[in-house]
Amino acid sequence: MEPARLSATDLACRRGERLLFRGLSIALGEGEALQVVGPNGAGKSSLIRILAGLLRPTAGTVEKTCQAALLDERLPLDGHLPLGRAFDFWSRIDRGGYGPGNLAGLGLTELADVPVRFLSTGQRKRAAILQSNTRMAGLWLLDEPLNGLDAEAAATFQQRVAAYLAHGGIAVIASHQPFAVPGLRTLALADYAA
Amino acid sequence: MNAVGALLRRDLALTFGGGRRGATLLPVLFFIAVAMLYPFAVGPAPELLARTGGGVIWVAALLAAILPLDRLLAPDVERGFFDQLALRGIAEELVVAVRLIAHWLSFGPPLMLAALPASALLGIDAEALRTVELGLLAGTPGLAAIGLIIASLTVGLRGGAALAGLLLIPLAVPLLVFGAGALATGGQSGIALTAAISLLLVAIAPFAGGAAIRAAREN
Repeated sequence: MEPARLSATDLACRRGERLLFRGLSIALGEGEALQVVGPNGAGKSSLIRILAGLLRPTAGTVEKTCQAALLDERLPLDGHLPLGRAFDFWSRIDRGGYGPGNLAGLGLTELADVPVRFLSTGQRKRAAILQSNTRMAGLWLLDEPLNGLDAEAAATFQQRVAAYLAHGGIAVIASHQPFAVPGLRTLALADYAA
Repeated sequence: MNAVGALLRRDLALTFGGGRRGATLLPVLFFIAVAMLYPFAVGPAPELLARTGGGVIWVAALLAAILPLDRLLAPDVERGFFDQLALRGIAEELVVAVRLIAHWLSFGPPLMLAALPASALLGIDAEALRTVELGLLAGTPGLAAIGLIIASLTVGLRGGAALAGLLLIPLAVPLLVFGAGALATGGQSGIALTAAISLLLVAIAPFAGGAAIRAAREN
């Protein structure tokens, strides 16, 4: 994995007329994880998208030495294709990473022939987990990653994130559910509210 | 290069493989339906049909270009394809440029083929048919580019489909004027001007589309 470092300085975010947060700084190095907590509408998803580089912050800068991977509520797969064939597109983009072993790791093997639009919420989430970072980008941004996962799948996913951190990755998790990985720090967005 | 191949393969499979868009057949059927209805509406007088038929084919092509617009980019934006590609360092401009090629292939050549039965229905002679086909060859890339630009601009809007139709018509007027105008003058100059407008639009479309998709993220 590429050496990972993320530093965000003095971030502020305004959506419409509302200033969601300001003066927010983050510095994370290899193997570190941060959980962002806050009530609905506090700007957790906006912060994740700013760190991903998809949203411009109203003020402040984001610097990272690695590519970012993003897991959110969406599943970028073609609904009419069977899951295994829908992954083919991303396999070409990511140069592999969707083999039988990768699918088995998330319990997707027996779903390979099921059209994507027939998958349940939890199954969609598991497919999205694989799609988001099978290429092992150095920064993994997780927006409500446990939504829709059952207890067993949630535990497996947290082990997966822990293994990723042990490999030197950085994880930023936006969730109000408890998330258990070693060395997890917490950032309360309410402290930075305007 | 790897990414271009993957994008083009997916776009073509979706367009021709009976994927979610089904966008190839519908505009063609619509186009032929207009050519079929026109003689019922104005009467079967051969000289009237022959004189106005070429123009009707152009108007039908323009209206058929509106049909696939709402499925052209919006589903991919909603499902996060553009975000996930951007995170992998693949620019929106590249994705839109590849989509333009696939969109034209699904739309230009099928309309040119459909113009053959349409010209028979309207009783257009061989000379005029040749001008129509050359005009469509020159004009459909421009129509595809306008469609793609409009689809990218209306991507985040509710009811974007209706708005897209309304936006396309005025922007397509120059193509219509020169493309259909070539029928009246019978000259090559109208077709050359149509091709020039098309080239300009094709050159602009990836950049305008990419910028519009990035701007839609701020909403």
